[in-house]
Amino acid sequence: MPRAMIEAAGLHKSFGDTHALRGLDLGAAEGTILCVLGPNGAGKTTAVRILTTLTRPDAGSASVAGIDVLRHPSAVRQQIGVAGQYASLDEVLTGRENLGMIGRLYRLAAGTVKQRTGDLLERFELTDAADRPLKTYSGGMRRRLDLAAALMVQPPVIFLDEPTTGLDPKGRLSMWDLIAELARGGTTVLMTTQYLEEADRLADDIAVIDHGRVIARGTALQLKQSVGGERLEVVIDDEARLDAARRVLETIGASPAHVNAATRSVSVAVASHDGVLTRAIRALDEAGAHVDDIGFRRPTLDEVFLSITGRPAEEEAAEVPA
Amino acid sequence: MTSFAWWLRDSAEMVGRNLIHIKRTPELLLDVTLSPIMFVLLFSLVFGGAIETGVEYTDYLMAGIFVQTIAFAGIYTSVLLANDLQKGMIDRFRSLPMSQSSVLTGRTLTDLMRALLAIAIMWIVGMLVGFRPTGGIVPSLGAIGIMLLFGFALSWLGVAAGALVRTPEALQGIIFAVVFPLTFVSSAFVPTSTMPDWLQWFADRQPMTLVTDAVRSLTLDGAGGPAAIPAILWSVGILVVVFPLGLWLYNRRTTQ
Repeated sequence: MPRAMIEAAGLHKSFGDTHALRGLDLGAAEGTILCVLGPNGAGKTTAVRILTTLTRPDAGSASVAGIDVLRHPSAVRQQIGVAGQYASLDEVLTGRENLGMIGRLYRLAAGTVKQRTGDLLERFELTDAADRPLKTYSGGMRRRLDLAAALMVQPPVIFLDEPTTGLDPKGRLSMWDLIAELARGGTTVLMTTQYLEEADRLADDIAVIDHGRVIARGTALQLKQSVGGERLEVVIDDEARLDAARRVLETIGASPAHVNAATRSVSVAVASHDGVLTRAIRALDEAGAHVDDIGFRRPTLDEVFLSITGRPAEEEAAEVPA
Repeated sequence: MTSFAWWLRDSAEMVGRNLIHIKRTPELLLDVTLSPIMFVLLFSLVFGGAIETGVEYTDYLMAGIFVQTIAFAGIYTSVLLANDLQKGMIDRFRSLPMSQSSVLTGRTLTDLMRALLAIAIMWIVGMLVGFRPTGGIVPSLGAIGIMLLFGFALSWLGVAAGALVRTPEALQGIIFAVVFPLTFVSSAFVPTSTMPDWLQWFADRQPMTLVTDAVRSLTLDGAGGPAAIPAILWSVGILVVVFPLGLWLYNRRTTQ
């Protein structure tokens, strides 16, 4: 059994009347990626802020790399790298200056700082931009520099708060590769995300949180099975036939159908692909619903939420402390 | 290294960062360069002929301009700190195993350098329009020391204010509403003797007047005069209160 590098139990945190966390438990074993998945306002950022010593919880306990976060925050800070929306870099300094400053503040020797800075800039393809102020960087370059900053001391545990939010698909893919590579090298990663696809792709373990509590946890496979696996989605050409289409799909699928009138689409969970498309098209045709588009897709975070909580993931402004 | 040595090194790192900001955004120095020059020129050339002080008005004025500029530069620390708080820079520092108070000492030491620069510029411009510091070199250095001590105290007051008030914009307004009247209700630009009794009572006892009088006396007469000791006591007193208060407010703000 590999040792637990991140442990949190019963975390509570309120900001005035807003209860950001209400008894949150998390855990990650060495060298694994834990994805904390949830909508805006679920408490993701507050959880990460507590684990990275930035915020003190009202109740509960937490340890990182076996060190108590509340009792020994400075010792924890030597073991972690942090990247994300809340811990920013200096806009005015260049990429190289930012990394240099952070390396020195981690108390690395001057020679090590210089070498590490050069290595990281190269690895993250930022060498050409290294001597430009950060405010000239694109979103993707900034995220890469963020991650480089988190890796300055090769920490055993890193925290990434929504590392791909705002990135284009190419930037997102390259960020995924970098994160997966870290875990292969033995680093424990806790990352937050709003995208099920991202968690699916990277996570060894997923914790779905809502209203400051973990409402589901497991591997991506377990989670998707709990939602009903892949979904068959059909777009029909006539809104009046939506209800007919819903009835048809419910005889084929393995869950109640989800109807979206705005996009004239109906979706339903399916257990396997075998023969499903042919049967669906034939049955829909017989019911007089003409198919514009049909295909399989993975469940979205919305559907995970719908299935676990019985309601869609909603946006709430409970996340950001001052 | 001892923790004191680390604290010094981290503070120097913070000063270095702040100096790069100044180098890349020279506008950050306008409040300690252009505005005091404007004040020296406006007051000495426009008001100078109309105000009766018993000495050449430019000689009288310079101490007031010095202290006004130092006061604004000191309290401006709050805006720069609030900026860092707002932009998440402080959270970055707090996630690092560095000396946390060095963020504040680095900030206030940089602002002390800004104050010194302001004094140098005003001294030169003042001499161009007729300022003659006849008090001698050593008393003049003493005057600079008293001003820097005052500026450093106000800088820590700025730390407390920056940790307390949410946005840099709000701070700008507060500074304008509080510091401006204080500089005018003092001996900075006119003798307090022409003010109504109740106002004069206040003006004669508030730190701006005492620091200004001490600086004026040192630069013109070469002696501290009756204001020197109270001026130093005011600065030390402010520092004794706002230094721990600033640290406490900053810690409270950043650990929420």
